[in-house]
Amino acid sequence: MSTDGKFGDYGGQYVPEALMPAIEELEDAYERYVLGNEDGFMDEFRTRLREFGGRPTPLQRADRLSERYDREVYLKREDLVHGGAHKLNNALGQVLLAKYMGKDRIIAETGAGQHGTATAMACAHLDVPCEIYMGERDINRQRPNVFRMKLNGSEVNPVTVGRGTLKEAISETMRDWATNVEDTHYVIGSVVGPHPFPSMVRDFQSVISEEARTQAREKMGRLPDSVLACAGGGSNTMGAFAEFVDDDETALYAVEAGGSTLDVDEEAGVAPNSASLTTGSEGILHGARTTILQDHDGQIMESHSISSGLDYAGVGPELAYLVDTGRVTAVNVGDDDALTAFHRLSQMEGIIPALETAHAFGYLERVAGPDATGEHDGLGEFVVVNVSGRGDKDLESAIEETYERDIDIAPNMDEFTGGL
Amino acid sequence: MSLEDAFADGPAFIPYLAAGDPDYESSLEYVEALERGGADIIELGLPFSEPIAEGPTIQNAVVRSLEGGMTPTRFFEFVEDLDVSVPLVCMTYYNLIYRYGESEAQGTSDASSAERSSADCRAAEPRDDGEAASKGPRPFVEKAASVGIEGLVVPDLPAEESGPLREACDEFGLDLVFIVAPTTRGERLERMMEQVSGYVYVQARLGTTGAQTDVSDQTGASLDRLAGYDVPKAVGFGISSGEHAERIVRSGADGIIVGSALVDIVAQGHERGTDPEAVADRLESLARELKDGAVAGTSQRPPHPERT
Ligand SMILES: Cc1ncc(COP(=O)(O)O)c(C=O)c1O
Repeated sequence: MSTDGKFGDYGGQYVPEALMPAIEELEDAYERYVLGNEDGFMDEFRTRLREFGGRPTPLQRADRLSERYDREVYLKREDLVHGGAHKLNNALGQVLLAKYMGKDRIIAETGAGQHGTATAMACAHLDVPCEIYMGERDINRQRPNVFRMKLNGSEVNPVTVGRGTLKEAISETMRDWATNVEDTHYVIGSVVGPHPFPSMVRDFQSVISEEARTQAREKMGRLPDSVLACAGGGSNTMGAFAEFVDDDETALYAVEAGGSTLDVDEEAGVAPNSASLTTGSEGILHGARTTILQDHDGQIMESHSISSGLDYAGVGPELAYLVDTGRVTAVNVGDDDALTAFHRLSQMEGIIPALETAHAFGYLERVAGPDATGEHDGLGEFVVVNVSGRGDKDLESAIEETYERDIDIAPNMDEFTGGL
Repeated sequence: MSLEDAFADGPAFIPYLAAGDPDYESSLEYVEALERGGADIIELGLPFSEPIAEGPTIQNAVVRSLEGGMTPTRFFEFVEDLDVSVPLVCMTYYNLIYRYGESEAQGTSDASSAERSSADCRAAEPRDDGEAASKGPRPFVEKAASVGIEGLVVPDLPAEESGPLREACDEFGLDLVFIVAPTTRGERLERMMEQVSGYVYVQARLGTTGAQTDVSDQTGASLDRLAGYDVPKAVGFGISSGEHAERIVRSGADGIIVGSALVDIVAQGHERGTDPEAVADRLESLARELKDGAVAGTSQRPPHPERT
């Protein structure tokens, strides 16, 4: 894997000059501590992941899904990581790195609040002051996560410009960083942004595939035929794929949010989906060249997904590159199918998944379920699905969204909404 | 007139406005008012949806301008419609420059994506590298040159990634201005100074654009680091009054760049529904104050050897 920050033509460092020294400093720290394990950094990281984060997570056989899809379906249980999602793997790594670098202030952006809460937990754990930027609209949609961040002692700064969602929060965090580069580290939440972030976040998340690869061998005596993961920015995705990239026998599927439709309203600058790998085009966003949702002039479009964690107009440059080379297959699942999959997993396996994660299960149902569309089923006999997070954070929106739709397998929503 | 010539007799006053803020017609008047007020070069912002280097003042200008319908194509028309004789510099973000060739090639909206979306559930085709290869920045630069733009400033394009743009600028005779931050030194500074032409934009302090009540003393140190380079040094970020301008020039700047303080006048006019003519008058008078301040700064400056 590349360490120069380029994945084919993707990646790079498209940032204001004021940030460049900080980025060079981070590059140096990444090479020394993460790649070189200087001062035992990686050892300490692994220890803390175990003791604070609760790793390793199980690779669990999903019995009823295995029966339904007539193959071995295994779940990589990242929902069991402390905080309820894979996000802590990265947040803990970066906050620890910031300490090794002597930075004494942490900033981060958050959309749904998952990365923000993971960063807030890591900062409390490692005793570093933390400020989280969050779009005003997201603050209103995700109150419980705002409280969690505050309970952990972080400040939450509302971002009011633009539409007040993740895209604006990232831009605003970059502005803070440009103002305070000398003492501040920016903990970016996915495999996006300028080099070295995409590589570094992948490395922190690749503990997922490292464990899964060993666990697959232990349980099944072989590597899986396919690995499925949802993809927003792509950090759980790259984490679940990284160690399998060189295993040609394992197919890799990145499941994006198809939103309400893949059609794009250029006039309004809105893409009612977040499927940058499927419908996007090459461009530069938030410091990297990658595939993005943009209009024909190059203005970034507003994205949409039922899951706020997938609601982003870009995607990590390495994932975009792996799709271009054909190593990773990009597919997408829309809001309705994701929500149905959310209910199915809750009922059949006793696991309430994050709405993000539900997209991956939506794809499994589509190609292998009883009503399979006949779409090519390349998943094989042994499938691993990365359960990137649990759905507790999504209960309110899942109830509302289900109420608006006609989903056969869902419980009667009147019980929750009182008929609204 | 080339950018460097604009620094020939006395300090250059370089105001910035976002083109099309808050609407096309008023914006034309506002930019012309800057020239009447004494501008030597004008920086025109071509608004991008994610302006990561801008503070709130210019972010809001960008929003107004985009809402007013500004696009790269409209921007070039705007430049052609402008009645000014001083050199113009386009300030924008790299994605708009990079994508311009694609949008020209396709004319209307992205046909391939419409086609893709017809099959709702299909997988992304692996892209063929050759086919995906962009035409890069060349079409934008060619168009900019043809409407008379003299230079570009691209805040999210560091020297490391600027090769293709520098080449296109050389081909079409445009200057490429780089921003030097207070944290830029050593090798990075050298690499940048090898690429720069026209003038260097000396960022007076860390952070994003925005008017300040005081001007930073990081400026002096930055100017000292640049003393050995034979290219005009224009200082920006935070200058808002004639007195600031004077002080900055006195500390050795060859020019001053002022954005947010002028954009504030446009914003206020827009909010209060002020007659555009009155807004233009206010812009002209602040411009004159800034220009006079800059000129006053030179007369008090210790004499320094002529540039060769
Ligand atoms: C549970 C969960 N899964 C997936 C994602 C998407 O992020 P990424 O694509 O970086 O894994 C998020 C983001 O908030 C999340 O919370």
